[in-house]
Amino acid sequence: MKLTWWKWLTIALLLYTVVMGMLSEVPRLAILNETIRNLYFHVPMWFGMILILLVSVVYSIKYLRNPLTRNDIIAYESAKVGILFGVLGIITGMEWARFTWGEFWSNDPKQNASAIGLLIYFAYLILRGSFQDHQQRARISAVYNVFAFAALIPLLFILPRLTDSLHPGNGGNPGFNSYDLDSRLRAVFYPAVIGWTLLGVWVVHLRTRLEVLKQRFYENA
Amino acid sequence: MQKDFVLEWRQKYAFNGMLLYVGSTVFICYLSFSLRFGGLEVPVWNALYWIILLFTAVNAIAKGFAQESRGRLLYYYSVVSPQGVILAKMVYNAALMLVLSLLCFGFYAIVIGNPVQDVGMFLVTIVLGAIGFASSLTMISGIAAKAANTGTLMAVLSFPVMVPMLLMLMKMSKNAIDGLDPSVSLDEALVLLAINMIVVTVSYILFPYLWRS
Repeated sequence: MKLTWWKWLTIALLLYTVVMGMLSEVPRLAILNETIRNLYFHVPMWFGMILILLVSVVYSIKYLRNPLTRNDIIAYESAKVGILFGVLGIITGMEWARFTWGEFWSNDPKQNASAIGLLIYFAYLILRGSFQDHQQRARISAVYNVFAFAALIPLLFILPRLTDSLHPGNGGNPGFNSYDLDSRLRAVFYPAVIGWTLLGVWVVHLRTRLEVLKQRFYENA
Repeated sequence: MQKDFVLEWRQKYAFNGMLLYVGSTVFICYLSFSLRFGGLEVPVWNALYWIILLFTAVNAIAKGFAQESRGRLLYYYSVVSPQGVILAKMVYNAALMLVLSLLCFGFYAIVIGNPVQDVGMFLVTIVLGAIGFASSLTMISGIAAKAANTGTLMAVLSFPVMVPMLLMLMKMSKNAIDGLDPSVSLDEALVLLAINMIVVTVSYILFPYLWRS
């Protein structure tokens, strides 16, 4: 099995994340206790989602400037992987919220915002499904993708900051950049973010190759 | 661009239909709520008003592109630049939404009652809301009109995009209803303006690509 260096790096980082994430020492904080380990799994999902959706938007813009099928495929596949990360992020978040806030869904602004963000991208999938013509589908969904991303930014980064939230980092709750993210957490957290994001890139890479091969196959068949 | 606006204005037969739509929706809400409770709580009043407006907006603006015949689209295409088209449509839709939402407010206040204490602030909110709805829905109706099932797609695409705007608007109008000092709503107003700017800019840049197909 021949893998390029960054794939080995992904494997190494994720192994490190899982092992160290489960075994390493973590600060003892009230209420959070051991659930703080979710930092290594839940938070990187959102980082990964944003980065991979950013890739998707970049390729959508590229497609609009230069309509190659490959650009469209990358945009589509990375949007799908972004959605997957978002769903995983919501699930891990709900699981965590069950033990710290008491409910799976407690009508928190951040939970709502992320649910709406996912709805936007589900709408993207629906939109793609409703075209027959390939070129038109690619162009119009690229337009929507850029538009949706622009709408997502205020949703995820501005709105939650205006309202009180139970989420760490808001309304005086123990947060993300404050004192409690100490060096032990950072040592696992940053590799975790890079690892999960690279995993997403890997999936996109594979799916894109598969789709490009499929298209070539159908064209020749 | 002026010409485009006139062209838009000419197809205002849809307008009367929308007026009736607003009127009957408000009346249905009146019948279905007041009979049971005899009056509305303030948050319910507020939420109901914006939901009526949301549906009105989606219906009114969805017509914008879907109703155009192929020939007329081709005509626009040859006469004006795409930027002109999208701006004209946005301005027209904003004016349309403004009229509709003011009428809706008037009718709503007469039929269901008017708990608003700071009417000036509420009107500012309505203006911001009308512009915001119009700008984001114009682009989306352009996208949805290209696809097969326009009606469903319009709702599916627009609702999530509108939600941040809607939340801000509801908060602002709640402040106005309670008669709080305008400075309390300044944050929301600024965010709304910022969202509007983003949406208008993005539409302005993206619309030419949509137009070509």
